[in-house]
Amino acid sequence: MTAHAWEQLAAIVAIVAIAAPPLGFYLARVFGDGPAPGDRIFGPVERAIYRIVGVDPDHEQRWNVYAMSLLAFSVASVVVLYAMQRLQGHLPLDPTGAHSIDPALSFNTAVSFVTNTNWQNYAGESTMSIFTSMVGLAVQNFVSAAVGITVAIALVRGLTRDGARTIGNFWVDLIRATTRVLLPIALVAAIVFVSQGVIQTFAAPVHAHTITGATQVIPGGPVASQESIKMLGTNGGGYFGANSAHPFENPNGVTNLLQIVLMLLIPFALTFTFGRLAKDRRQGFVLAAAMFLIWFAAAFALTSFESAGNPRLTSRGVDQSMSVGRVGGNMEGKETRFGAAGSGLFGATSTGTSTGAVNASHDSFTAAGGAVPLVAMMLGEISPGGVGAGLYGILIFALLAVFIAGLMVGRTPEYLGKKIQAAEMKLVVLYILVTPLVILAFTALSVAFAGPRSAILNHGPHGLTEVTYAFTSAANNNGSAFGGLSTNTTWYNTTLGIAMLLGRFMLIIPVLAIAGSLARKKRVPVNAGTFPTGTPLFTGLLVGVIVIMVGLTFFPVLALGPIVERLGG
Amino acid sequence: MVHPGPPPATLPATSEADPADRTDGDRHTDETRAKRSLLDPTIVRRALRDAIVKLDPRVMVRNPVMFVVEVGSVMTTVLFFAGLGSSSSAENVFAGLVTAWLWFTVLFANFAEAVAEGRGKAQADTLRAARTETVAHVIGAGGALVDTPSSELTVGDRVVCEAGTVIPGDGTVVEGIASVDESAITGESAPVIRESGGDRSAVTGGTRVLSDRIVVEITAEPGDTFIDRMISLVEGADRQKTPNEIALNILLAGLTLVFLLAVVTLQPFAVYSGAPQTVLVLVALLVCLIPTTIGALLSAIGIAGMDRLVQRNVLAMSGRAVEAAGDVSTLLLDKTGTITYGDRQATELHAAPGVDIADLAVAARLSSLADETPEGRSIVSLTAERYGATGENPAGAELVAFTAQTRMSGIDVDGRSIRKGAIDSVRAWVVANGGSVPDAIVEVANEVAAAGGTPLAVAEGTRVLGVVQLSDIVKEGMRERFDLLRSMGIRTVMITGDNPLTAKAIAAEAGVDDFLAEATPEDKMALIRREQSGGHLVAMTGDGTNDAPALALADVGVAMNTGTQAAKEAGNMIDLDSNPTKLIEVVEVGKQLLITRGALTTFSIANDVAKYFVIIPAMFMVVFPHLNELNFMHLASPRSAILSAVIFNALIIVALIPLALRGVQFRAAGAAAILRRNLLIYGLGGLVLPFIAIKAIDVVISHLGVK
Repeated sequence: MTAHAWEQLAAIVAIVAIAAPPLGFYLARVFGDGPAPGDRIFGPVERAIYRIVGVDPDHEQRWNVYAMSLLAFSVASVVVLYAMQRLQGHLPLDPTGAHSIDPALSFNTAVSFVTNTNWQNYAGESTMSIFTSMVGLAVQNFVSAAVGITVAIALVRGLTRDGARTIGNFWVDLIRATTRVLLPIALVAAIVFVSQGVIQTFAAPVHAHTITGATQVIPGGPVASQESIKMLGTNGGGYFGANSAHPFENPNGVTNLLQIVLMLLIPFALTFTFGRLAKDRRQGFVLAAAMFLIWFAAAFALTSFESAGNPRLTSRGVDQSMSVGRVGGNMEGKETRFGAAGSGLFGATSTGTSTGAVNASHDSFTAAGGAVPLVAMMLGEISPGGVGAGLYGILIFALLAVFIAGLMVGRTPEYLGKKIQAAEMKLVVLYILVTPLVILAFTALSVAFAGPRSAILNHGPHGLTEVTYAFTSAANNNGSAFGGLSTNTTWYNTTLGIAMLLGRFMLIIPVLAIAGSLARKKRVPVNAGTFPTGTPLFTGLLVGVIVIMVGLTFFPVLALGPIVERLGG
Repeated sequence: MVHPGPPPATLPATSEADPADRTDGDRHTDETRAKRSLLDPTIVRRALRDAIVKLDPRVMVRNPVMFVVEVGSVMTTVLFFAGLGSSSSAENVFAGLVTAWLWFTVLFANFAEAVAEGRGKAQADTLRAARTETVAHVIGAGGALVDTPSSELTVGDRVVCEAGTVIPGDGTVVEGIASVDESAITGESAPVIRESGGDRSAVTGGTRVLSDRIVVEITAEPGDTFIDRMISLVEGADRQKTPNEIALNILLAGLTLVFLLAVVTLQPFAVYSGAPQTVLVLVALLVCLIPTTIGALLSAIGIAGMDRLVQRNVLAMSGRAVEAAGDVSTLLLDKTGTITYGDRQATELHAAPGVDIADLAVAARLSSLADETPEGRSIVSLTAERYGATGENPAGAELVAFTAQTRMSGIDVDGRSIRKGAIDSVRAWVVANGGSVPDAIVEVANEVAAAGGTPLAVAEGTRVLGVVQLSDIVKEGMRERFDLLRSMGIRTVMITGDNPLTAKAIAAEAGVDDFLAEATPEDKMALIRREQSGGHLVAMTGDGTNDAPALALADVGVAMNTGTQAAKEAGNMIDLDSNPTKLIEVVEVGKQLLITRGALTTFSIANDVAKYFVIIPAMFMVVFPHLNELNFMHLASPRSAILSAVIFNALIIVALIPLALRGVQFRAAGAAAILRRNLLIYGLGGLVLPFIAIKAIDVVISHLGVK
């Protein structure tokens, strides 16, 4: 890593370290019992919304009702989004004259935004109308992130309540997450983005004449307002096809840094929320530390690999070092304004947070570099993961770690005083099974059948990586594309859509069930015989369990993909 | 202890051996019972046979991990024989060796379980011998004795058992008192007393009456007696999986599924990459990745944990109880017999003003001659040893025995009337005689009580002569044990019938965390409920009928074998030695069981890293020679690498059998310290060891010609 990269990394760490704890404590008050800051402002608005949608905010739900509410909301969202795309030619706000979208792509996109994946089998500026973008996709960017927060908060309630039957009210949590957290921060971020040159316009595309005399049509749109929630909500779906590599989305180093910070902000903040609600801040630190370690390792590795340049060029004596007038490193598929450092940090963060935004072509990363975002996703999006999803993901792994190693202190396993028994283990096992099942099965089918195989643009190990990456991204609700794979086909639109659905809801349902099951349990008092889950040792154990239990599942496919490619096979 | 007066009835002196005097009950039985070592040749022989019997898929399917290995072994066997004609000889040898070691893996797992069951089965055989058919003398209608085979007894029959005969079935003594040899069950050769009424009335079928004659009312149908239950328990005939075992099995099955998925999908990837794999190699990879080590040893660990309790003469009615013992966070310990020696002892005399201490000693001695309680006897010996009072039962004296109603004992001789007993009782007696109790005596009595002692007053006619101080003697080493328990996160609560002042003093001296004074059975129940509602798991011991509800309520209820039938049925463990201190060991065995299970699970999972690094490069080295860079152990060839991993996977099971059976070393310490230590040994060790071991195996087999 270059000194330049270290500076950026230090700046990111410093900003997140300063901003995340207070935000986390604020979240704890928003979702805890008792009054929260801003009640005077948000209270009347929320009460009005409750009245309109007919929700009794004081009525808490059991886990199954909570889950049904969440599913109902998500299904309705998919239906609305699907209809909007199919009908967008007949809807207002369509200065680019976008047409209605075909069923397979509409399904894929609807699922993609509702599951907080934002996989895009299309280029935003040419396919979506401003109406679809703003009223459909951007709204989902808010509420799908809010749904993630509700699940995390429900699980934290399950862990911290004592003999309770309910885990909160989904509608209340959804609305409060949107109004009190996502909207205010996104608003501020959008204004900052505009100040840095991110565009925000409803005007028709600009027709520009280039130096060579050609005419270029440059579409604009309300980009800044979407950009902020795209990052803050770990959504990642770009207004433009080029995503954060596009100068209108991410014009300079400052916005690049801000985008990275926005991705990390809420996932890290939620660990402090957890510590506060668990009345033991160390419990939150431990999770944050595990998240940070994996994120740091990924950011360090990716930036290092890319800064070092392409090893095959190096072996031919090509100087790829950084110097005045030369960005240095492996610059294929990268923006010169970001370079290896800005692209590496962004890529690792985007894949570690389930955002999936890209400011460089991951397909063009070096073989070793390309493996980093892939592995970051395979680990289950916990470094620090999606908004909410990161916290509930790492909490599930914490349950797993406690279950495996917890016996070693001579007690049946418990986490935060809750016994982890057969009922919870069934759900934990389901949780850790779903993602590998979806990724490996669909990838295997895709390389086994001639049709899907023909969509692979690069053959050999790199081609295998491309397919694996696509399903890993979809199943983990990341949404970033490696590239090199023509995925706008019925097979990929459908299978990736299914992968996103399973990867979202087949994890959320077990998580809520665990929350319900744990909430009912009596808390075992903590004493000297309790398995310590608030120590650095537990951070190490947790990282070990994640790497061995989750990462190793994918070792064979990694060996045949990026590892073989890197070693020069 | 000096025996005053004639010994009661004809009981042998050893009958006085109080359970509390045998704090090392288990060591005691070590000497008296022929112990079998874990790997006794007869056990191993039987286990080898059982290992093959257990290959029955209907049995194997209960262990999903090993069932997968068995299915894989069958597949490779079929493929081996199918390939004999066509494949190269090197390939055939490789296939044969891998297949053989896969079968060994299954057999080793079965062997581990069979060995764990072995000691219990041998013990069950011994117990069966004690269950021989005897002839019972049933009291028939009209009082005549009817000879009935013991197998035809019914509940409610009254049988007469005389010296030298075997008690034909479980029952309660309804008449008489006898010394009974219970060594068939407890391994303890010293006889015990069984008498009608009270808490020592239960007798067990198969034990032998040594002296006297008792009438026993049968309380269990033949076939459902204590020995029958004991046989099925030590044999593990109807062993159920414990809750944690079930949860762990779910995880292991889940991991097996994940790895099955990884291996099944590997073939399409391999085909895509132009390096299709043989089923043999895929099966080998699968078996190496799924958690076979813990899968193979899991049930052995559970059985061995129960067995370790049996070795300590504790019968757990279920594995669930053993597991709960590890989780216990509150121990309810009866003061008497557990924390203090069974009985209070006279330790001091306090004379009333104007009374000579020697006179008091004589009076105390005389009034206690008729008191057969241990307290009474201790007064007799104290007065003799410390105060030089002598003299036996004076001629013509009328002894007034101690009764629970009067709470006094005494003597009427030569016109003197001396009484000794509880302060209140003596006060009433003195007042009735027209006297009064001086304030000084009341003061002394209060001081004694405040210091944890029991004051008894001694009076003659209208005068109170002084106070005898009875004190509890706290057993040695209890404070250290309680400190250790505290460091393990276990709170100790002392249960006593004493008043709060006394209880507090003893609690402070013994170092327990809390106490329950003037405890009634209802108080005990309330305490258990309170602890449980706070999330604590409670363990307790008990022997009396009125302990039964509390024993049933507690998470771990250890009933004393000397106790009543009701208590034994309510508890989920029975201590054959009737040593309440053993509760602490029960907790340790529970913890050790859980630690062993966790350690081997961690070890098993950590092993996977090395196996991946061995097998994956070996599988694809032919097509991608560069992958050999991952083969940093420089294993000889792809075949030797795969075979080495399979052999390691099988041998590690055998290597860990002793650990699984004995349990990992357990030292009482805080959870953080235990975790650090075990993570280092079994986590880090589990990561590193297979690299070294597989390399070593590879060196050996490549020298033997596997290429």
